[in-house]
Amino acid sequence: MADINISERQAGDVTILDLDGKVTIGEGSVALRSAIRRLLGEGKNKILLNLGGVGYIDSSGIGELVSSFTAVNKEGGTLKLLNLTQKIQDLLAITKLLTVFDVFDSEADALSSFN
Amino acid sequence: MSKIIELTLPSRIESVDESALLAEKVARDWGYADEFISSIDLAVRESVANAVKHGNKFDDDKHVEVAFAETSSGFEIKVRDFGEGFQVEEIPDPTNPENLLKVTGRGILFMRSFMDEVEWENNADGGMTVKMVKHKT
Repeated sequence: MADINISERQAGDVTILDLDGKVTIGEGSVALRSAIRRLLGEGKNKILLNLGGVGYIDSSGIGELVSSFTAVNKEGGTLKLLNLTQKIQDLLAITKLLTVFDVFDSEADALSSFN
Repeated sequence: MSKIIELTLPSRIESVDESALLAEKVARDWGYADEFISSIDLAVRESVANAVKHGNKFDDDKHVEVAFAETSSGFEIKVRDFGEGFQVEEIPDPTNPENLLKVTGRGILFMRSFMDEVEWENNADGGMTVKMVKHKT
């Protein structure tokens, strides 16, 4: 079974990636990287990562979130995070990355923030 | 008498999952609760990943030795690689503003955040051992 499933939805000009599984060293991190690169290749640079289904993340996964954030910014876009579990929120707090990412609990609020 | 479980793993990414799954099983068998096990799991993942990637540099001729023990002070994890070693104080602080957007370098921070004791030792016969303890609450 794959470590992670990533499905894509479109809400106006914002692309929502729903992540379900683990974002850890190896397959999970690679899958996220591939998905972000593909979106940027398609010119989609307003991206909302829904992490509500991510039960586990490690330092490699956190690094991949940072890498995604930087890659999207370089293309003039924006990447935001939705539905953090308590564990992910704790890890982002420890790493002080809550000061870097825009984080939302409500999809509607997240979508309206892109405009 | 303390309980000890030991395993030897190849220098592959798959060893991270394998060691973490065993750590979870061992901790559960020894009666620890979910939150405690979650910390053990993360510490094992980060330390074994470091041993595989940075210590042994994915060298098939080198392995990673992992040991879990229950001692009077708590749950102890030891992870040994056979690489060149490093000085932990030379690892940049990933929470410094200039390092926030670096992709790597947060594993040791996580190990220190979720375990009560973390120390490194350069082994006389090569490689490095990290020893971590999470105290019983």
